[in-house]
Amino acid sequence: MKIPGPWSLFLLLSSFLAWFALAPPGGKSKPLINGAGASFPYPLYARWFAAYERLDGTVRFNYQEIGSGGGQQQLLHQIVDFGASDSPMRQSLPQTAPGKILHIPMIAGADALAYNLPGSPPLRLTPDVVADIFLGRIQNWNDSRLAQINPEIALPSLPLVVVHRSDGSGTTYIFTDYLSKVSSEWAAIVGRGTAIRWPSGIGAKGNEGVAGQIRSLPGAIGYLELAFAAQNRLPYADVQNCAGNYVRPSPESVTQALASSPLERGDFRISIANAVGPGAYPIAGLTWLLLYEKPPDRQKAQKLLAFVRWCLTDGQALASSLDYAPLPPRLRERVLASLPEIR
Amino acid sequence: MNDFQPDPSWEALPLAAETRSLTHSVGIGRILDQGFGFLAVGAGISVLALAALLGWELYQGAEEAIRRYGMGFLVSSHWDPVAGRFGALPFLYGTFVSSAIALLLAFPLSVATALSLTEFAPVRLRRPVLALVDLMAAVPSVVWGLWAMFEMVPWLRQTAFPFLQRFFGWLPFFQGSIYGVSLLAGALVIAMMITPIVTSLAIEILQSVPLTLREAAWALGATRWEVMRVAVLPYVRSSLVGAGVLGLGRALGETMAVTMVIGNRPEIFLSLFAPGYTLASVLVNEFAEATSEEHLSALFEIGLTLVAVTFVVNSLARLLIRSVPFFFAPRPLRTESMETSG
Repeated sequence: MKIPGPWSLFLLLSSFLAWFALAPPGGKSKPLINGAGASFPYPLYARWFAAYERLDGTVRFNYQEIGSGGGQQQLLHQIVDFGASDSPMRQSLPQTAPGKILHIPMIAGADALAYNLPGSPPLRLTPDVVADIFLGRIQNWNDSRLAQINPEIALPSLPLVVVHRSDGSGTTYIFTDYLSKVSSEWAAIVGRGTAIRWPSGIGAKGNEGVAGQIRSLPGAIGYLELAFAAQNRLPYADVQNCAGNYVRPSPESVTQALASSPLERGDFRISIANAVGPGAYPIAGLTWLLLYEKPPDRQKAQKLLAFVRWCLTDGQALASSLDYAPLPPRLRERVLASLPEIR
Repeated sequence: MNDFQPDPSWEALPLAAETRSLTHSVGIGRILDQGFGFLAVGAGISVLALAALLGWELYQGAEEAIRRYGMGFLVSSHWDPVAGRFGALPFLYGTFVSSAIALLLAFPLSVATALSLTEFAPVRLRRPVLALVDLMAAVPSVVWGLWAMFEMVPWLRQTAFPFLQRFFGWLPFFQGSIYGVSLLAGALVIAMMITPIVTSLAIEILQSVPLTLREAAWALGATRWEVMRVAVLPYVRSSLVGAGVLGLGRALGETMAVTMVIGNRPEIFLSLFAPGYTLASVLVNEFAEATSEEHLSALFEIGLTLVAVTFVVNSLARLLIRSVPFFFAPRPLRTESMETSG
């Protein structure tokens, strides 16, 4: 049989239409919970979603790691059901929002100060030295102040090059939050933020970019998300904390920082940088889930809150396997008690 | 010709019958014809609409920054998201300088490659090399960036830059400390990325030169070099400039690879060894994590600026192309013909 061109086209189109019209509607409708935001905790969130979907088959998650800023914006415009952010929202932002936004701390992370020195000797740093390095004041590894705190190693005469993140990032927020706390000069000249005006050094994109620069540039020093520094086998420094001890970054020392940080503001937008505990690693920060206190869709909100409760209890065990620090029990209880009841 | 009669047996061929039914200006053929016309016009309009929508969206996003900073945005070099001060001059400078250097390096290289392939190399070589060039044009930006970061930058730092500094260190462009990542490294990676595209275009262009032109030059006793100079290049000069402009357009908007090697420092240094920043790089770096309204708005204005810069550069280049034939193209032919006759 020969069908002329135009008619075959018509047949093709009409068969498509018929297929769409007759096809059964897509499977049983599960509530799809949409989230967007920070990329720093994404590996853990992804694992949490997968594990929780196995536990509760009636819910599905969709999370876009578009960055903290994007997460905050999308929550404000009610495009997503929850946001995720590494930096707390400013006070001014929630006022433009349709309702009060809750900051729920999920886990904490730390920045390691990784470096490239011949022979990779162990390095110790004090807060004022870290601040002066990143302010561009210490420009050579043979600086007397570095030698003073590292008497056991022979530091070479090598130009010191600061490597920082060029992209806006929660890792940068944690680091600049720390520097603003330990150096009044840093706080005055630079300040804290996910993207800042760096006084010195070169910018590299992403943790992998910073790690790549440090690896290939002798004399480089930069901050990396702890998990990244550990996985890339870069040497990283012990940093002196408030109590005067040199502490190695690890999930445990970050949890200690969390345990010793006071809940001063009444909500959970707390900074855990430069914590007072004797074993606390000072360059650490929280990452938050952002939700509306009175969400428009109650059914979804109930499911979401159940998920948050699970993350803060059973889910916490997954954190340390990915080099994130779980919340200490006392903080966890307070967060759980603060979660709103939605019926 | 008019006494041509179609063979009656053609009627039996299904193809002929179908063609006839399509070409008839009545019935379904006419409807399809008109439908296609509408579709084509619609597609044409949608491109314009898309461009307008892009401009409008960017303008809306940037409105706050435009109101707040005015012209200061384009002439200030202070970019501080924490303090809420935004000036785009270092990005403009970095974009122009890196693209200009890249084009300066890539254009002669591309044209030379194309000439050697079309005029000198054996024809057997042409196809494989052409395929290779096209393959290079298809390499994703991020792959170039990774290669540049791990292979090119260390080589620049250890070998090329010290060499340049040793012999040309008296120039302000090659002074200061060497990190490897720098404005020059960014320019080099852009040059490498646009070279395959410009080369590919230049080869196409050179192949379009009519054989008769070449033969005429040969017949006048021209050498290979003279054939190229007298017959080939004048014929394609404006098209070659057009190929360069396309390369420049790509250079201005090049993002990922540049971001990985340029050092991302929003300051203007005279030295090419110092880190720099481009408009596209700051967008890709800061857009995702911009939390404040003024920061976001300033980034939108950066996007608007980038679109404007690309538009202006393309328009200028178009004007240049239009003026090129009048100023350059006919002259070599004429002088040459006078020389040969005289």
